[in-house]
Amino acid sequence: MKEKTVTPELAREHGLSAAEYGTVLGILGRAPSLTELGIFSVMWSEHCSYKSSRIHLKKFPTKGPRVLQGPGENAGIVDIGDGLAVVFKMESHNHPSFIEPYQGAATGVGGILRDVFTMGARPIASLNSLRFGRPDHPRTRYLVSGVVSGIAGYGNCIGVPTVGGEVSFDECYDGNILVNAFTLGVVRHERIRLGTAAGVGNPVIYVGSKTGRDGIHGATMASGEFDEKSEEKRPTVQVGDPFTEKLLLEACLELMRTDAIVGIQDMGAAGLTSSSFEMASRGGTGFLMDLDRVPQREEGMTPYELMLSESQERMLIVAKKGREGEVREIFEKWDLDVSVVGEVTGDGIGRVRWRGKTVAEIPIAALTDKAPVYDRPAERPEGQDALQRLDPAGLPAPSDLGETWVRLMGGPELADRKWVYRQYDHMIRTNTLILPGSDAAVLRVKGTRKGIALSVDCNSRYCHLDPFVGGMIAVCEAARNVACSGAEPIGLSDCLNFGNPEKPEVMWQFRSAIEGMAKACEALGVPVVSGNVSFYNETMGKGIHPTPAVAMVGLLEDASKRRVQWFSSDGDLILLAGADRLGVHMGGSLYLKEVHGKVAGTPPPVDLAHEKRLQEFLREAASADLVASAHDLAEGGFACALAESCISGPRGPIGARVENPFPEAARPDFAMFSECQGAVLLSCAPAKRDAILDLARRFRITMKELGVVGGEYVDIEGLAKVGAAELRTAWGEGFAAALGLEG
Amino acid sequence: MKTAVLVFPGSNCDHDAYHALKHVVGIDAEFVWHKRSSLEGFDAVVIPGGFTYGDYLRTGAMAKLSPVMGAVRRFAEGGGPVIGICNGFQILLEAGLLPGAMIVNDSLRFVCDYVHLRAGTDRTPFTRGIPEGTILKIPVAHYQGNYYADEETLSSLEERGQVVFRYCDPHGNVTRESNPNGSARNIAGICNEAGNVLGMMPHPERCAEEAMGSADGRRLFDAMVAWLGERTA
Repeated sequence: MKEKTVTPELAREHGLSAAEYGTVLGILGRAPSLTELGIFSVMWSEHCSYKSSRIHLKKFPTKGPRVLQGPGENAGIVDIGDGLAVVFKMESHNHPSFIEPYQGAATGVGGILRDVFTMGARPIASLNSLRFGRPDHPRTRYLVSGVVSGIAGYGNCIGVPTVGGEVSFDECYDGNILVNAFTLGVVRHERIRLGTAAGVGNPVIYVGSKTGRDGIHGATMASGEFDEKSEEKRPTVQVGDPFTEKLLLEACLELMRTDAIVGIQDMGAAGLTSSSFEMASRGGTGFLMDLDRVPQREEGMTPYELMLSESQERMLIVAKKGREGEVREIFEKWDLDVSVVGEVTGDGIGRVRWRGKTVAEIPIAALTDKAPVYDRPAERPEGQDALQRLDPAGLPAPSDLGETWVRLMGGPELADRKWVYRQYDHMIRTNTLILPGSDAAVLRVKGTRKGIALSVDCNSRYCHLDPFVGGMIAVCEAARNVACSGAEPIGLSDCLNFGNPEKPEVMWQFRSAIEGMAKACEALGVPVVSGNVSFYNETMGKGIHPTPAVAMVGLLEDASKRRVQWFSSDGDLILLAGADRLGVHMGGSLYLKEVHGKVAGTPPPVDLAHEKRLQEFLREAASADLVASAHDLAEGGFACALAESCISGPRGPIGARVENPFPEAARPDFAMFSECQGAVLLSCAPAKRDAILDLARRFRITMKELGVVGGEYVDIEGLAKVGAAELRTAWGEGFAAALGLEG
Repeated sequence: MKTAVLVFPGSNCDHDAYHALKHVVGIDAEFVWHKRSSLEGFDAVVIPGGFTYGDYLRTGAMAKLSPVMGAVRRFAEGGGPVIGICNGFQILLEAGLLPGAMIVNDSLRFVCDYVHLRAGTDRTPFTRGIPEGTILKIPVAHYQGNYYADEETLSSLEERGQVVFRYCDPHGNVTRESNPNGSARNIAGICNEAGNVLGMMPHPERCAEEAMGSADGRRLFDAMVAWLGERTA
């Protein structure tokens, strides 16, 4: 078989620009072989190289007293005390999930799990952030069902609970859904392992599944837009095998209890290529790899295919010389393939051999250092001013506010997600103290008193209207959710989903969102320790709303101090913390979209100093056992937050009677559904009232006493009064009903 | 008093069962790899939940061939207490230690949720002291928990007091609505004729502590400890 000759045209087909190809020629001093072209093409793809995002990602604060590992490794690591650390990351699997929802989502989960256990941590929980098109779009139901069952199929089988997440719908995702998966693991400090290849002469060992022809150029696919031919890319989607990954997980953790290994990395995007080159790059070494020793599932695979395959459930290990036997024994016990495929060398060159010939010979430092970095032009979109114009006074007021309230609670954005999370095993490993359905999930860390709180958040309408403020809000809301549960945010991972970065308006959205997020992170003292950028979320030239999903990790020193979002006892008082944050902010609100069919205006204002005080107050109130519940005002405003606190608890609907919290005479519909940043609904036993008000004064948080829990109605005096059971039914049945799914 | 927690490739509730026995109930427990062919020295056996061999064939169809299952059979024949939970129940069915089979949930979806169970007999080692009619709150998590057997077998199970748990509502009524998977006659757990082998889809090991939302699962393990204590006494 004769290999194709590499030409500039072929390089272009591989997604390399003329300038990039010129750099390749300069590095090698010759034309690349086909295998080398493949390697450069994936390593310099947007997905692997972050070439358009790198200069902006530097704006994130990534350090802090607890940070043990920031961005640049397989996942971030944050200390939680007592010699323990949490390892976490979020990653996108958008394009594959749109093409093949079950396998796309499943392998997204599999990939992020490997990123975590490759660092030595046992995964204890997963989250996901999902975006679909309009609920009534002909493809949405199929995509929702497929993605949810794919996540369930993989996560449930491997035995890591999926404890929370978010699902949202908007027509901007009709042709480009978002599937972002997050996993967190726990590790003892001394067991942390990194993806590095060090020690000349050390063996490079391949473990896990055999390599097949699946997923070749997945990373390149994720670096281009979609068009009507995308369906034809189905073969580039990988197929997941969670059973094998479970074996791989147990075998890797067993191996890591020894000191036989130097480094380990999973073969994710760009498979064998990225794992080998990235490990050598971090170690400042080179490697020699013999592809004939790679376990293969199919016959006649070329070196190009072997290097670029994205077959799942594989890992690359650098072991200490002489310890190969131990590695082999463990993986054979778990019925997994294990093969020494090469060794670490000292010359800084990645050398790949196949059938006795050298098929690639690439200086690793140059591949990494000379990787393209773009400062792409950014420009505020022309239509942005028009988009931000909104005259709320001109909106017609609904005739029946109670009916509107019920409709919003039962609508696709707010309705109970039980249809989704009932399919996820969210209890396995018996750590989940707060099950899905509250602001944050809380897990215990066995053997300690600690709890981990997790929440993922992003309001993409806000980001669309003002990416800077929207970015700030994504961070603030995720942190606030964690604070409501009683925890201190200690780090975050993000998944930055945007359109085509070659368009200046998309680049402006990206830059603005990052700057907003970074500002909020600085103010709240929360480092970004890992994350992922997903560009080219466009179909037929139309981009999605900017969607920087934020997964926040919080720590409770004492998990028994955790708090939920729902009311629990008749007679408890209801208070609003941050009452002065209320105002008529209809821009980007759910009410505006669902009832008036508009996405316009500007997002509600943010006060970061207030936000920080509020979150400290919430933690203090929880740890002093002053509050029974805490739930922040978000989508749907005051009325919907109140309804959620009344109906989302495990004991069923419970009523409440409160006064209208608005200071001045706002229009009734605005008072109910206006959105704001920095207000939280609390409930407490009457005996705790004075202590809470004292505490609030200490943190300079404005409190308003609103009413009492109890009765059959959720009654906002003078505005609307609806049966708690009616709200509960609409909310409980709304999700399946909106999608036409069986309940 | 020592309990074996079997570990097959793909078991994933093994750690939870171990934790409940060792750290909550406080008895000795040990993981037993599926390639071992002896259970000597153990007083009870837990076959935990999971996805043995990925459930890629029928659930439990591969695991029943593991060497340890021969030992389980001998252990059961000797009257030793054996509990198979979820995938463990499916393995017991495939191994022929319990009658019937599992099919996919009638919703065609995985279901993870708390359910209520109505106890049917106190004659097993795991339900000693849990009288008929007791209502327990225990979670399920499965894709194939829809118990099936022919009418004759079902009637025989009922007549011989082998139906150990049925799905019910919070008040103990056995209704269609309270059945999470379409299981025949709302069956959630059955035992063998002798009563020492119990298979159940719900997960008692997941709710052995109040912090998990229910501690009802602990009652099964406490019953087992008491039963073993009586036997040795």
